[in-house]
Amino acid sequence: MMAISENAIETLNLTRKFGNFTAVDRVSFEIPRGEIFGLLGPNGAGKTTTIRMLCGLLLPTDGEARVLGLDVRHKPEEIKKHIGYMSQRFSLYNDLTAYENLEFYARLYSVPRRELASRIDELIGKSGLRGHEKTLTRELSGAWRQRLALACAITHKPPMLFLDEPTAGVDPVSRREFWDLIYEMAGQDVSVLATTHYMDEAEYCNIIGLMYRGELIALDDPDSLKEGMKGVLFEIECDDPGRAASLGAEIPGVLDVTLHGILLHVTVENSRLRQRIKKEFQRASIEIMRMEEILPSLEDVFIAMVDAERAQILLDFEDD
Amino acid sequence: MKLMIEAQNLTKRYRSRRDHLAIDSLDLAIPSGQLYGLIGPDGAGKTTTLRILSTVMRQSGGRATVAGFDTKKRAEKARRLIGYMPQAFSLYQDLSVIENLKFFANINGVASDRRDERIAELLDFARLDRFRSRPSANLSGGMRKKLALACALVHEPKVLLLDEPTTGVDPVSRRELWLILAEVVQQGVTVLVSTPYMDEAERCNNVSILYAGKLLISGSPAELEAELPFEILEVKAKPRRIIHNLIDGIDGSNGIVRWRPVGDRIRLSVTNLQKTRRWLRSELRSASAEISILREAKTSMEDVFIDLVETQRVVQ
Repeated sequence: MMAISENAIETLNLTRKFGNFTAVDRVSFEIPRGEIFGLLGPNGAGKTTTIRMLCGLLLPTDGEARVLGLDVRHKPEEIKKHIGYMSQRFSLYNDLTAYENLEFYARLYSVPRRELASRIDELIGKSGLRGHEKTLTRELSGAWRQRLALACAITHKPPMLFLDEPTAGVDPVSRREFWDLIYEMAGQDVSVLATTHYMDEAEYCNIIGLMYRGELIALDDPDSLKEGMKGVLFEIECDDPGRAASLGAEIPGVLDVTLHGILLHVTVENSRLRQRIKKEFQRASIEIMRMEEILPSLEDVFIAMVDAERAQILLDFEDD
Repeated sequence: MKLMIEAQNLTKRYRSRRDHLAIDSLDLAIPSGQLYGLIGPDGAGKTTTLRILSTVMRQSGGRATVAGFDTKKRAEKARRLIGYMPQAFSLYQDLSVIENLKFFANINGVASDRRDERIAELLDFARLDRFRSRPSANLSGGMRKKLALACALVHEPKVLLLDEPTTGVDPVSRRELWLILAEVVQQGVTVLVSTPYMDEAERCNNVSILYAGKLLISGSPAELEAELPFEILEVKAKPRRIIHNLIDGIDGSNGIVRWRPVGDRIRLSVTNLQKTRRWLRSELRSASAEISILREAKTSMEDVFIDLVETQRVVQ
């Protein structure tokens, strides 16, 4: 039987080596049940290797991990029964229809025969695939195939769901709809671990882990990550952003000035500098239309961490 | 206000899909010197619009002008004033950074006494100077985009048309590309950029939102956000399931139009902020939830987009 555990996942110094290469390096974290955990990082950071160990598909070289209280070394088969896993290249059968794929996975996951039809019907309804049941999978668009893959991965109602780059290659709008679906399908009691390198996708997660070169370099909820950023961020809309940017950079106490299109993002030591900036801009006859303190985005957080780590991370990111 | 780009009733039907309008009666009026966003998901018609405006493709109906020249009848005149960066990588992979720039300078008729100076400016501007001799096939994704942008600017166009320059680009390069766009606008160039990212829409003077070939709305981000028929209430409380339980059962009677999770917060679109806030506070308290955030939040272009698209779907 499954052990009772408050945590969906627990790891301690989880490590995986391939020859001399350490893909995952002493990673430790605990994720409470019901959370949506996003593992963020560039390609080659160790995200997929971590997922594969947690799913019982790959043995750790060192360290420990438990999923739903089950040890990945000793109970890999038991883990597989209780999780749903949607990998980057989830195998949908292109020559089967959407319905037939669902039926295939429901049987594979041993969904009881008498529940089969109603479960598939429920999944078709929730995933919005109604009307497409008889469409051959190869004829579905990318966004639809992802919905079908998700539905297939959860035919057996797993309490833990692993999603490895679930929305790679779809546009941000479809990506948001896909996440709505994850929330909808996951319900409230399902725990989710998703890997991603899209910042907008990370915003959907309750807890974020940032992986870089096999190590977990940050782990927190999105708000805490944002609030942990140095300084205060102002967004300014003014009539001459170019001149304002050069002027702003000269003001003592200003840590960073970035142009975001017509908007100016100014990071300052403390919010008292608001008046100072206003005064300096006024003196230079720059009219401020709007100035407000904003929370940094996860992208801001990520870029700051990248700066703090090595510049190499950028190149890694782009190599995909 | 002088218009740099205009479109009236612009319509395109591709020969391969006769039953389908890629864009349907589009009207655009883009003033000179603006940073203008063409916003929408895949299949909205962004690429088709930019192809027509850049004169590389002809429309099926309607008309368009760029810098006063009709893009169909006076395509060559217009073309000289336009820099166009298509979505797909359009450079010669076996040519180096500098060879690509020279090639595009030559085909765009850049005067020989200006050419080298202009290329030096662009290498500096796009921060590509260190990589000048590298074959473009060996550039990272972000650097390729910057090179493509530099090539589109080599003949000093008045109008820059960019098709999803930041799709598939890492966060740092994305930031850098937007910085470059800001600088291009500072130099007086009118920029029309397409993007599926709503946060990028916020950075434009004005935007048009496209969906399934139709233009849904145009305006400045601030105007569009102000026109929303609801406000945003943000709530964060533990345990989270209590909020979900509460909201799941709503039928509109509590003034909640829709909701979506963002991180560990819930964003509610509400018609009566005070009323819903009071209701939520008392419900959460009586369920012994620990409330850490319950306040009004700024509307965003994402809210505008979701509202428009959902309304559109109901109409269809």
